[in-house]
Amino acid sequence: MTDTLSNLFLGFTVALSPDVLLFAVVGCIIGTLVGMLPGVGPLAGISLLLPVTFGLNPTTAIVLLAGIYYGAMYGGSTTSILMRIPGEAASVMTCIDGYAMTQRGRGGPALAIAAIGSFIAGTVSVVGLMLLAPPLAAVALRFGPPEYFALLTLGLLVLAFLTGGSMPKSLAMAALGLFLGTIGIDLMSGFFRFQYGLIELGDGIGIVPVAVGLFGISEILLTAGQETPPQVQKPKLRDLPPSREELRAAMGPVGRGTVLGFLIGIVPGSAHVISSFVSYALERRLSRHPERFGKGAVEGVAGPESANNAAACGSFVPMLSLGVPSGPIPAVMLAALMVHGIAPGPLLMQQQPELFWGFIASMYVGNLVLLILNLPLVGLFVNLLRIPYAYLYPAILVFCVLGVYSVNNSVIDVWIMTVMGALGYVLRKFDFEVAPIVLGLVLSPMLETALRQSLAMSSGSYAIFIDRPIAVGMLAVAAALFLVSFLPALKRGAGWRRTIGLET
Amino acid sequence: MTVPIGGRGPAGGLTRDRFAGLVLVALAAFIAWETRVLPLGTFREPGPGYMPLLTAVVLGVMGLVVALRGGGPALRDMSWSEGRHAAMLLAACAFAALALERIGYRLTVIALLVFFLGVLERKHPLAVAVVTLALAFGSFFLFSDLLRVPLPRSPWGF
Repeated sequence: MTDTLSNLFLGFTVALSPDVLLFAVVGCIIGTLVGMLPGVGPLAGISLLLPVTFGLNPTTAIVLLAGIYYGAMYGGSTTSILMRIPGEAASVMTCIDGYAMTQRGRGGPALAIAAIGSFIAGTVSVVGLMLLAPPLAAVALRFGPPEYFALLTLGLLVLAFLTGGSMPKSLAMAALGLFLGTIGIDLMSGFFRFQYGLIELGDGIGIVPVAVGLFGISEILLTAGQETPPQVQKPKLRDLPPSREELRAAMGPVGRGTVLGFLIGIVPGSAHVISSFVSYALERRLSRHPERFGKGAVEGVAGPESANNAAACGSFVPMLSLGVPSGPIPAVMLAALMVHGIAPGPLLMQQQPELFWGFIASMYVGNLVLLILNLPLVGLFVNLLRIPYAYLYPAILVFCVLGVYSVNNSVIDVWIMTVMGALGYVLRKFDFEVAPIVLGLVLSPMLETALRQSLAMSSGSYAIFIDRPIAVGMLAVAAALFLVSFLPALKRGAGWRRTIGLET
Repeated sequence: MTVPIGGRGPAGGLTRDRFAGLVLVALAAFIAWETRVLPLGTFREPGPGYMPLLTAVVLGVMGLVVALRGGGPALRDMSWSEGRHAAMLLAACAFAALALERIGYRLTVIALLVFFLGVLERKHPLAVAVVTLALAFGSFFLFSDLLRVPLPRSPWGF
């Protein structure tokens, strides 16, 4: 514990240095704007800003990107509550009761509860991250290729299990992502797979053009032809404080949302999206008056908003301690660190203590900055939504092209983004989740290398996965998960996943 | 749209999921066919073709499951009202990929925005000119000059 506190002190000396603090604030502001804009989720926002971080030092780069991530979580709630437009996917559940509160003239308190809940969840989750990441990294030092193979397999299955939509569809998308990840030069044999005359594919398909195409471009394709957003309500500062009853009603959901979100955030998947859905379902199940949900229940705002912020923090645990991204957003952040020659994983804490603890401390600072930004300045941010969408989406599209091109200075990436945009548009029309594609793409090289290294270690014997206790444990959980969820789903339909809204 | 063989949906036509599942099966077959040029290795010693083939098998099986479950509305009832607009936007992205290194960032952005705002959205020419020039030059100044992100220039140095 003393070590943790002294490390945290080191972290705060880094986080409160002027340049890091400046980038934390800038990240929070950009994130808030990104979260508010329909069509630009945190993933697209982080991807677009990635080239800008190349000129920064690794600590400021990761602090900036993390600020955008949880800033977007905060920002997404504003448009959901005031306009019923989810700025990003995790805010969909907030729309239901948040907008109903606005219609009842309680938009200000809804915003305040969302901001306070997000602040509490974010701060408590950083404590969880701080306490959980170091021991997990110590365990991970004992991981070899068989354990990593088991962990990645488990991760992909958990993702398919928890992602919204049908599980066979999610597994199909994960398989598609895994296939895309095999394109390029095979690391173990040097073979160029699926070249088609394009030398640029040697390093494989980049995560940024795929992520921007599947999320950003496809969203624009789906929404650009529609009507402009409705009238914006602009709450005043004096309208913000919630009543005592509203605060009391919000406290339980904030606590439950924090714990639930953090735990969901640790496991792979679209953590922040899933957590808000599960939290909403839980609060409705626990409520003595479930009939109030959908008509402006405070619990329907407090729970999901806390959960999605806690999940954003939780998702950093496997990224920092194992070097394994738990979703597309940590995957892009992982890529950002790798550009600077830093490999996140069990040794990160020992080799880069200033980066690790500075990052954690900056999250405390960022949460405070966001609380200040999101309450008094909400009226200012809402003005952004007055820009007609007909002007907004061309600008977003231009920034998508700019961001994707700048990562490698390659027009091939712009082509990949275009193709992925078309693919994402069609897949979403056919009710497929696109997040598993991105995670499959990232995990594919790791999974394949771990499998082949394991077999090389055991002279081709698959018994290596059974002989090692950690690996067999994780594979057993993966197999159980598959049997429990997939087979009944085939026979009887969605089962419990449908009841909590993960499957339609 | 050409509809391949498949089951009948609730409205008498092919369902959305059945069609999607069959397309995935076809895609898996294509990937499996393309892996034929890669050394497959053995079960005990996988080669570079092993993983792509494995993913193709999983994709095909899942596609088959999706097709057999066959949920969703009838394919012909799906709305594609924004399809024309979406196709135009994709064409614009393709233009950006072709033009970016040929005519430079600023001219590409000007062409894109004039197309989006002037042709697709039919905004007032003055508004189109102001927004286009501000965004093209403003973003270039911000990213290239201030943030040092290298952006392509035209052959004329512009």
